Amino acid sequence: MSLLEVRGAVGGYGEADILHGADLTVAAGQVVVVIGPNGAGKSTLLKAVAGLVPLRAGRVVFDGSDITNRPAEELVGRGLAYVPQERNVFPSLTVEENLAMGAFVRPSATAAGLERVYALLPDLLPRRRVPAGSLSGGQRQMLAIGRALMLEPRLVMLDEPTAGLSPRFCAMIFGKIREIAASGAAVLMVEQNARPALAVADRGVVLAMGRNRAEDTGAALLANPEIGRLFLGG
Amino acid sequence: MLEFVNFYLIPGLVLGAIYAIAAAGLSLVYGVMRFANFAHGDLMTWGAYAALVAVTGLGISPWAALPVAVAATVPVAWAVDAAFYARLRRAAPAVLLISSFGAALMMRAVVYFVFGPTPWTYARGVTPPLMLGAVRIQQRHLLILAGAALAALALHLLLARTRAGRAMRAMADEPDLARVTGVPVRGVIRLTWAVAAALAAIAGVFLAIDTELTPLLGFHVLLAAFAAAILGGIGRPWGAALGGLVLGLAEELATYPFIAGAPLLEPAYKTGVAFAVLVLALIFRPRGLFGGIG
Repeated sequence: MSLLEVRGAVGGYGEADILHGADLTVAAGQVVVVIGPNGAGKSTLLKAVAGLVPLRAGRVVFDGSDITNRPAEELVGRGLAYVPQERNVFPSLTVEENLAMGAFVRPSATAAGLERVYALLPDLLPRRRVPAGSLSGGQRQMLAIGRALMLEPRLVMLDEPTAGLSPRFCAMIFGKIREIAASGAAVLMVEQNARPALAVADRGVVLAMGRNRAEDTGAALLANPEIGRLFLGG
Repeated sequence: MLEFVNFYLIPGLVLGAIYAIAAAGLSLVYGVMRFANFAHGDLMTWGAYAALVAVTGLGISPWAALPVAVAATVPVAWAVDAAFYARLRRAAPAVLLISSFGAALMMRAVVYFVFGPTPWTYARGVTPPLMLGAVRIQQRHLLILAGAALAALALHLLLARTRAGRAMRAMADEPDLARVTGVPVRGVIRLTWAVAAALAAIAGVFLAIDTELTPLLGFHVLLAAFAAAILGGIGRPWGAALGGLVLGLAEELATYPFIAGAPLLEPAYKTGVAFAVLVLALIFRPRGLFGGIG
C-alpha cells in the first residue's frame, strides 16, 4: 500500500486554482521528485498535502487516513514532516531550540531526536547555541531538514531544498536525502534542480499547469528525450 | 547629585518600569498575532479598577489586589478576542487595528458607567518615604520597581525556559512554520492574551498606585508604550521592556536642570520626549534597537 496518495487535487490561493487535478503516489521508503516549469503548482501541491493550502476537490490519503484539508498542526504527529522552501527556520531561536520545535508535539522524544539529527548532520552540533538567523543559507537548509527529522517521520516533504545553494551544499543535501531514505523514511521533494534530483529519486513526477504530464522512474525520465527537451533544459 | 537621584532618576526609573511592563505585553501580542492592539491601555485601566473593587470591597492593599486585577483582566482579553479579533484574524491589519479602537472604547465606556469620570485613589493619606542613607525613596516606588523586575523575570523565564514560551517565540518568528511543527495556534493565542492581559493589569495597578485612577489611566500611556515597543523592536518583549525603561528615564531626566539651573525642558512638555524619541527611532532605526519583526 502506498504511504501517500493524492487524487485529483484541485485548489490554490483564494479564488485562483493552481492545481487542476494533480495526482501523486509515494510508497514507504521511496524518494519521489516533482519537477516542472515555474508556476506548475509543485510547491502548492506540497503545501496542500501539508495542510497550508486548501483543496476544493480531490483527496489526500496518508497512511490509510484521509487528511484532506486537515489543519497543518495535526500532521506532524501523524509522521508527516514538511520543510518549506523559504522561511524554514525560526531565526530568533537557537539551532537547538529550532530542532526541539521539531519534536514539539512529543517533547519526550527531544533528546533522542537531537542525538540522531546531530549524528546525521554533525555541522549543526558546534552551532547549537547560535540563533538560526545567523546561519548561512546551506546551514539553514540543513537545520530545516534536521528539524523535520526529529520525530522520525514516515514522510519528509522538501520544497526546493537546494534552491540558491552552492554546488557543494547541493551535493551534500542530495547525499543526505539518500541517507534519510535509507533510514526508512520516504522523501517527497520539489526541485528546480531537476537532473541531480531525478538522479537520487526512485520516481519522478512531471507537473505542468497543475496537472500530471508524465510519471516514471527517475532514471527513465532522465533518459526520455522529450522530457529532457521540455523540462530539463535540453 | 542627591536631588538628581531623588527627584529625577528614581521617578524616571519608576515611570520607565511601568512603561516597560505595559510595552512588553503590547509587543508580545504584536509578535504572536501581528496586531497593534490599541485596547492595551484600556486593559490596564480595567485591571486598575478591578483592583480598586478589591481594595474597597475587601479592605486589602492594592499590592494584595494584584491577583484580583490579573484574574479580572485575562477573561476580558479572551472575550474581546473571541468576540472580535478572532473573526478578523485574516483581515487587513488596519481592520484589526480599528476594531481594537472599538474594543478600547467599549471597555472604557463600562468603566465610565460603573465608576464615573471622577478620579479615585487606592489609599488616602501619606506614607513617609524610606531613607536609604541620603537617598529618599517612596515605599511604593521601591515596590513598583521590585514588582516590575519580578514581572520581567517571570516573562523571561516563560519565554526562554518553557515549551509554551518557545511556541510563542516560534509563532512570532514564523507563524506558518510553527503550525507545521504542530504548535496549537489557538492555544498559543489564548496564552499570549493571558500573559499580555496580566502584564497590562499589573502595569495599570502600578500606574494607579503611583498616580490616581481615571477612566483614561491606561489610554494616556498607550502611545508611550507603543513608542517603547517600537524603540525596542516591535514584537520583541525584552526590547520593549528596555525601550520602556529608556523612555521613562528620558521623560523625567529631560526636565533636569543640566545646564544653567533651568530645566532642560519644562515639565509640561515632558510627555513629548517619548514621541521625539519615537520619531528619531523611526527615522534612524525603523526596526528598533533590537530588530523588530513583521
